[in-house]
Amino acid sequence: MTVETKRLLTTSKAISEAIAQEMERDPSVFAMGEDIGTYGGIFGATEGLLAKFGPERVMDTPISETGFIGAATGAAIAGMRPIVELMFVDFFGVAMDQIYNHMAKIHYESGGNVKVPVVLTTAIGGGYSDGAQHSQTLYGLFAHLPGMKIVVPSTPYDAKGLMISAIRDDNPVLYMFHKGVMGLGWMTPNPRATGHVPEEPYAIPIGKADVKRQGKDVTIVTLSLMVHRALDAAEDLAREGIDAEVIDLRSVIPLDREAIIESVRKTHRLLVVDEDYRSFGLTGEVITSVVEGAFDHLDVPPARLAYPDVPIPYSRPLEQFCLPNRETIAAAARQLVV
Amino acid sequence: MPSNETLRAMHRQMVRIRLFEETIQQCYFEGKLPAFDIAAGPVPGEMHLAAGQEPVAAGVCAHLRPSDTVTATHRPHHVALAHGMDMRRMAAEIFGKDTGLGHGKGGHMHLFDPATNFGCSGIIAEGMPGAVGAALAARKQGRDDIAVSFFGEGAANQGAFHESLNLAAVWKVGVVFVCEDNDWAISVPKAKSTAIASNADRAAAYGMPGVLIPDNDPVAVYEAAGEAVARARRGGGPSLIEVKTQRLLGHFEGDPQLYRTAEEMERLKATDALHIFERRLVDTGVLAEADAAEAWTAARAEVDDAIGFARTSPYPQPSDALLHVFA
Ligand SMILES: Cc1ncc(C[n+]2csc(CCOP(=O)(O)OP(=O)(O)O)c2C)c(N)n1
Ligand SMILES: [Mg+2]
Repeated sequence: MTVETKRLLTTSKAISEAIAQEMERDPSVFAMGEDIGTYGGIFGATEGLLAKFGPERVMDTPISETGFIGAATGAAIAGMRPIVELMFVDFFGVAMDQIYNHMAKIHYESGGNVKVPVVLTTAIGGGYSDGAQHSQTLYGLFAHLPGMKIVVPSTPYDAKGLMISAIRDDNPVLYMFHKGVMGLGWMTPNPRATGHVPEEPYAIPIGKADVKRQGKDVTIVTLSLMVHRALDAAEDLAREGIDAEVIDLRSVIPLDREAIIESVRKTHRLLVVDEDYRSFGLTGEVITSVVEGAFDHLDVPPARLAYPDVPIPYSRPLEQFCLPNRETIAAAARQLVV
Repeated sequence: MPSNETLRAMHRQMVRIRLFEETIQQCYFEGKLPAFDIAAGPVPGEMHLAAGQEPVAAGVCAHLRPSDTVTATHRPHHVALAHGMDMRRMAAEIFGKDTGLGHGKGGHMHLFDPATNFGCSGIIAEGMPGAVGAALAARKQGRDDIAVSFFGEGAANQGAFHESLNLAAVWKVGVVFVCEDNDWAISVPKAKSTAIASNADRAAAYGMPGVLIPDNDPVAVYEAAGEAVARARRGGGPSLIEVKTQRLLGHFEGDPQLYRTAEEMERLKATDALHIFERRLVDTGVLAEADAAEAWTAARAEVDDAIGFARTSPYPQPSDALLHVFA
C-alpha cells in the first residue's frame, strides 16, 4: 500500500516557486522591483530567487516606479519576459502612465505587431489597519482600462498555476495577490492560505473561474480573500440548510461570464461579494452580465456586498465596519433565499 | 552657533521624540506577541519609527513657526513633534481613537494638523509637491511663511522629487527641501539605488543651493537650516539640505533586518546622536547633569500623559467610517 503525501505550501511560496521554475525554463524571464532581492519581496513573492539566480536576474530597484515599470515594458518589447513588482497596488498612481498608456496599449496601437509580455505583480487588500494608501484592491479600476489581463488568485494551488500562465502569456498580465491569502507569518493566521501544491510546473488557464464549493440554493460570486470569507459563510449557511455555491473568479480580465451564468441558471439567486469599492466596479459588472445572460432564471433581484464608497480608514472598528465578512456574507445570502 | 538656550531646547526636543518613539514601540508590540500579528493590539498596521533621526527634526524645526507648512513621510513622528503637533491628539490618532487628529481615519502615516500646517503621506516623495504649493500660496497671500518638505534619500529617485525641486526653483518660492539620508530604503542601501554619492549635489541641477551635513549633528543641521529658512523667508527661493542621519530601528516594527550586519547595528548604538549631543552639552557646561536628567523626566511625564490620553479615549463609532468623504 502506498501512502500519498501531499506537499503543502503557502501562497507566497507557491508564487515564488512558479517564478523560479519559469526562470529555470526560460532565460528571458527576470524579476525586478523594490525589495524583491535581499528581502525576498515584502510579501514573500520572490523569496529565495536572488540566492538562486543572482542579481542580474533578480534586481532590487530604486524607488522609481515610472522608471522601472516602464523599463519592464521596454525590455518586454525587446524580447525579454520581465516580472516587475509594484509593492502595493495603492502606489500605482506614481506610475500609471507607464502601465495604462504604454504597457496596456502598445499591442493594440501597433495593430498587433508589438507584443508586451510583462507580468506586473502587486499586493492588494486590507483588514489589518494599514490605512487609506496601503489597503485597497483596485482591480476594478485596472479592469476598466482595456489591454491587460488581471489575475487574482485565492489559493496556493491556483497561485502557482496562474503565475506560470501569466509568465507564458504574450500579453501584459497584472497579477494581484491579497496580503491575506499569502500565508505570511506576520499576518492574522489564515488556514486557507496553505494548501496542496504539486512540485512540477503546471499552468491554469487565465479566464476560467473555479467553483470552490458546489451548491444549489444561491450563487456567491467573489474572488481573492473574499473567497475564503465566502467559504466560511457557506459553512454557516449549510448548518441552516442553505446550500451556497461559491465561485472564485480567479481572473477579472477575462471575466468568466459563462461560469457565472451557468451557476445562476442552477441556483436562481446571485450574491456578488467584493472587497473593492462598491460603485462602478466588479459587482456591477457581474450583476449586469447575469441580467444580460440569465435574467429569466433569477428568482429574486441580484444582490451585492462590497466596500462602501469611502477611502479606507485606519482605525480598526471603522475598517472592520466597512469590510464584508463571514457574518455579513451569510446574512446577505440568507436574505436571498428566504 | 545656536544660543545655549536654543541648544537646551533642541536637546529637550530630541529627548521627547526619542521617548515618544520608544513608547510607541512598546505599545505596538502589545497584543502582537508571542506570535506576531500585524492586525492585533492597540496599535495595529505598519509602524515606521524615527529614533536616530531626531537631529534633523529638532535642528530644522527650531527655525519654524506654526504658520510655516511642513510635509513629511511615512516616518513622520519626529518632524510632527518638533513642529509643535499636540502630542495627545497625535498619540490618539496612532491608537485610532475619536480624539485623534483625524478621528482615527488617518493613522500614523496620515497625520494632518491645521494648527501647525502639518501633513504627511505614505507614498514616497508625494509629500513634496504639496510643500511647493504651500509656499506658492504664502507668496500669493503676501505672507512670509515658508514650507519645509522632509523626505528620505530613497525618495530622491522618484519623479516627484525632481519635479518639485525644479518647480520651486523656477517659481522661486520659499521651500526648504530636507533629505533625511539614513542610508536605507527598507532593505535597499543608497549605494545600490542612487547614482551619485550626495543628493545635495542634485541641487545644482535645479539652480538652488545644496548643503550636505555629513554626521547627524543637530548643531550643523540647525546652522544650515537657519540659512535656508532665512533665504526662503526673504524671497530668495528654495534650498536643499541633505543630512546623513541614522535609522536606529527596523524599517517598520517587526522588520527582521536581515539585510543589516551586526557591525552596523553596533556602530549605530555607539554613534547615537542624541547621546553624543547630550554628552557634549554637559561636557561644555551648556547643560547641567541635573538639567539633562530633568529633560528625560519631563519628557517621560509628557509622553505618559499623551499615551494615557490615547488609551482612555473612545474609539469612533463604526459607522463614522462613512463620514468625511466630502466637505
Ligand atoms: C511610491 C511608493 N513606492 C514604494 C513605497 C514603499 N516604501 C515605503 S517606505 C519605502 C522606503 C523609503 O525609503 P526612504 O525614502 O529612504 O525613507 P526611510 O524609510 O528611510 O525613512 C518604500 C520603498 C511607497 N510607500 N510609495
Ligand atoms: Mg532612507
